[in-house]
Amino acid sequence: MAETIRLEDPLLRRAVPAPDPLSDFFWHSGADGKLRILRCGRCGFHIHPPSTPCPRCLGDDVAPAPVSGLGVVQACTVNVQEWISGQPRYSIAIVELVEQPGLRLTSNVLGCEPEAVHIGQHVRVNFIARNGIHYPVFTPASGRCS
Amino acid sequence: VTRFEHTCIVSGLGQSRIGRRLGLSALQLTTESCLNAVADAGLTLADVDGLCTYPGGDAASSAGYGGPPPAAVQDALRLELNWYEGSAELPGQLGALVAAAMAVAAGLCRHVLVYRTVTESTAQGTRARSAVLPGAEAVASGLDYWTAPFGAVSAANWLAPLAGRHFHEYGTTREQLGAVAVTQRAYAQSNPNAVLTKPLTVDDYLAARTISSPLCLLDCDIPVDGSTAFVLSHRSHADGIPHPPVYIEAVGTAMRGRPSWDQYADLASMAAAGAAAHLWERSTLSPGDVDCAQLYDGFSILVLVWLEAMGFCGRGESGPFVAGGALGPAGRLPTNTSGGQLSAGRLHGFGHIHEACSQLRGQAGARQLSPIPQVVAVSAGGGPIAGCLLLTSEPV
Repeated sequence: MAETIRLEDPLLRRAVPAPDPLSDFFWHSGADGKLRILRCGRCGFHIHPPSTPCPRCLGDDVAPAPVSGLGVVQACTVNVQEWISGQPRYSIAIVELVEQPGLRLTSNVLGCEPEAVHIGQHVRVNFIARNGIHYPVFTPASGRCS
Repeated sequence: VTRFEHTCIVSGLGQSRIGRRLGLSALQLTTESCLNAVADAGLTLADVDGLCTYPGGDAASSAGYGGPPPAAVQDALRLELNWYEGSAELPGQLGALVAAAMAVAAGLCRHVLVYRTVTESTAQGTRARSAVLPGAEAVASGLDYWTAPFGAVSAANWLAPLAGRHFHEYGTTREQLGAVAVTQRAYAQSNPNAVLTKPLTVDDYLAARTISSPLCLLDCDIPVDGSTAFVLSHRSHADGIPHPPVYIEAVGTAMRGRPSWDQYADLASMAAAGAAAHLWERSTLSPGDVDCAQLYDGFSILVLVWLEAMGFCGRGESGPFVAGGALGPAGRLPTNTSGGQLSAGRLHGFGHIHEACSQLRGQAGARQLSPIPQVVAVSAGGGPIAGCLLLTSEPV
């Protein structure tokens, strides 16, 4: 197990998600260090982005449920363009959570050089507390960059 | 069964002045292109009874993107309309043309002006590109809700992962993407309206600065100011118009799979696959019948995606296909013959339709293909946005 890494946020600014009754839990879940995803109480399907009823069984008993926070990078990029003057480069990655095929989040992989992030990389969730939000981001599961 | 799109022809084409930082109002450019299109169709404004645009007035996600809404154009030209629409929630930018064809087929109107206007060059020139993107601890909502909080603020950030996934799955390379940029630049040299005409080599491409890896500056289209307009008419007007009519053989409007930048099942294709499949389901023609393609190139990688989606090459084979010269004037499928958005300028899908019609009419000037194409495929959109058309010079 990797040590929890104290993360520096490379983004000069982070947009704040608009309030939404169905999705607010996602942005605050990390306050206790756990990532939560909406889950169907009837068939167990994880639903992201959050919606109801369950798209698999149409059950409406859906609620946020903790997940392992482990995932695999499916696609990634290093943003180099300074959309904001002075912005250092950073990784944007589409991460698939291990709980379910196709259960994906767009996020950032931090804790290593952005150029070292790669498809197939195993990552684990961490959180950036900022703007009153716990942004779920990821770090290399190995604790190393490769 | 007659398909609705067979009810219609493109009877007129028009463009405004096109260039960098023209400093003109979007409405002025729009009335220019519309008047040119109406005259080209041999009509007067009194004949026009429909008006349609993409994306409509309230859909401007960044400055200079939207163009004037239908009401502003109707008023400026004092049109009397039986039908009008301005919408972005369509099968790509060319969804506006599809909507107009449906209105004509439904009998609501007979001559629809369809236009798309951008003033992104002027908007970004005065305010800098970063100023037109969300960023300043902005509130993320709508399409941006799940991406902007992670600094994915530009379409470059949404499509770069797709490019990287394509590289990973199929071995596609930057040199292959560069072949798209280089081929289109060569075409642009024969287009008097193109904004980028300086000769380009693959080495120039490889040396360009990175925007969002693996995409570099020359993978991105170039913002311009300009307006493109068409007159879409009932087919009964095909005889006696000044220029050869262009027929709509089929439309591809399907959205199959999740309409999302990051949830679409195949991250190396996205929505283009569904729209293209729908097009071929609606047509008796097949990919081998297509003489020329105008494929959406907001980013170079989208040309590869559309080539595969439309079946012009096998899945995963688009990199070698483009690097082998297939898109050039002597290639298997001359593509983006105006220079496309990468070199001619980002007319946002409508430039592709204009070039397709120009080629089918035999009026593409120094870049006219020989023999004159009889079947041209057109596509628009990237990621979760997709629509396509098959245009022909004769009824199929």
